[in-house]
Amino acid sequence: MHTAKRYWTVLPAIVLMAVFMLGPIIWAFYGSLTNVSLSGPTATAPAFVGMKNYSHLFTDPSFPRSVWLTVIFVVVSAIIAQNFLGLALAVLLQRANKIAGKFVSTAVVAAWVMPEMVAGFACYAFFSKEGTLNQILSFFGVHGSEWLYLFPMFAVILANIWRGTAFSMMNYQAAIGEVDRSLTEAAVVDGANAWQVFIHITVPVIKQTIVTNLMLITLQTMSAFTLIFVMTSGGPGDKSTTLPVFAYKVAFKFGDIGYGCAIAVVMLFIGAIFGIVYVNALKDEKGVTNE
Amino acid sequence: MSEAIRQPVASRRPARTVGHRGRLNTPTSPTRHGLSAWLSYIAMGVVFVAFILPLLWLFFAAFDGEATFQTKIPRHWTLKNFAAIMTKDQTFLPLWNSFLISAVVTVIVLACAVLCAYPLSRYRSKFNKPFLYTILFGTCLPITCLMVPVYSLFVMLHLLDSMTGTIFFLAASSLPMAIWMTKNFMDSVPVELEEAAWVDGASMLKSLRLVVVPLMKPGLAAVSIFILMGTWGNFFVPYMLLLSPNKQPASVTIYSFFGQHGMIIYGQLAAFSLIYSLPVVIMYVIANRFLGTYSLAGGVKG
Repeated sequence: MHTAKRYWTVLPAIVLMAVFMLGPIIWAFYGSLTNVSLSGPTATAPAFVGMKNYSHLFTDPSFPRSVWLTVIFVVVSAIIAQNFLGLALAVLLQRANKIAGKFVSTAVVAAWVMPEMVAGFACYAFFSKEGTLNQILSFFGVHGSEWLYLFPMFAVILANIWRGTAFSMMNYQAAIGEVDRSLTEAAVVDGANAWQVFIHITVPVIKQTIVTNLMLITLQTMSAFTLIFVMTSGGPGDKSTTLPVFAYKVAFKFGDIGYGCAIAVVMLFIGAIFGIVYVNALKDEKGVTNE
Repeated sequence: MSEAIRQPVASRRPARTVGHRGRLNTPTSPTRHGLSAWLSYIAMGVVFVAFILPLLWLFFAAFDGEATFQTKIPRHWTLKNFAAIMTKDQTFLPLWNSFLISAVVTVIVLACAVLCAYPLSRYRSKFNKPFLYTILFGTCLPITCLMVPVYSLFVMLHLLDSMTGTIFFLAASSLPMAIWMTKNFMDSVPVELEEAAWVDGASMLKSLRLVVVPLMKPGLAAVSIFILMGTWGNFFVPYMLLLSPNKQPASVTIYSFFGQHGMIIYGQLAAFSLIYSLPVVIMYVIANRFLGTYSLAGGVKG
């Protein structure tokens, strides 16, 4: 009773999250078992259809395709490009001339600070037929292409690298800034070169940050919607339809909310697995609890 | 290998040693020489150009009366595009809606997060650990994946096209991160200061209001800016949940005004994008100057 009395202040937050976070999650499970639709009679009075939406996932060729596109999108743009480019920039900027470094980090961060919609427009313009990319290519005598139609995945992956690298860069800058300098200096005195210092001192020390950063950018990229929606709307056809765009299309273009909920449940499961790994990775770090 | 320290830097073989120098005497040696320095400058130059190029179009097109998707310096610099969009429906109402939604969400989230973080930071209980793990787990949940069920739930609850419903959903979805950040900031406020207040008979709420909150102002500012920026830029949630144009924030109207009408007026699109981006850029600059670079990196470090 004593505890309950002292903990009443957590209630507003818990109620809000229970209604507007847990509610939709439960609703996703429920909706995925019904034939609820966007309009028509089943919009307000859906019928229970059991696992039909889930079995549909296995027969619908669009589903494995969008899973595959999501995997490519996450692995190439986040895990490989954002992560390594962010790390490389953090290392580079730490040693670079202050003014030059300021210019570079401002440019990188600017892409990240912009609202997602604006970033999407900028990328749309960049990759469009008469856009900047083709202007540059024609300057070098290369004939450009209709990137958004012929290579939509290429365009959205580059756009996402442009948009998201700042996040990794800032995480790594913070982590590298905290690496104990006596460690690196000792290694230098012992004759290690820059690369050896990086591999044998910096990377092991910031291992925790690398893990959490990979987790977070994977989750962010997996659920990226606006950027792809603005640039290609998942098209042409479904050539750039990643899972969130797929769920959106199923629900609002084809009106099948129940099926959309089933896709949401699948994505929630994937997210939950990453979430559990993430929590476990942070568990031993101080700061989780004050005990 | 002590010569690595004694020897003057400039005379050493550059390719192998540049890296060391930064480590050993950074504050006093601003310039570097040699091949690897050149390579790093070239790399930085390439990165700079690659990242700035897509944004250049926005700037040039906004001030160009005949803008297309081409990036070119305007032949005649003009404010025509800005003047054309200075109407209530096009600019002022959406921006006001954006402001209203972001501000109310931030106030709700901040109040809930501070109240929620206090017992977690100050009391010892079996309740803390599982709760914090759940919160941390909540920060990972992909909100965009939830939008289809949220839409469906809002239809059932008759909350669709309701500003209140949208605000509450946005607040709830940013709460886990806000609680997590606030709790970490609160942990760094020493408990001794409150003890004095307790001795004087102050209630928990009073000591929270008079002692803790004033002491963690920078932390709360960081949380606020984090939420403000996130909400201001959010497109998907209001796009799904708000249907009437007079309720939609700028992120949605910018899409429907320009994106769906066959003829895109490029210059005006760019001009509006700039106006719409300005508040978050200003907030970022303020946060960066007064709160440190990493305060907004996503609360990874808490």
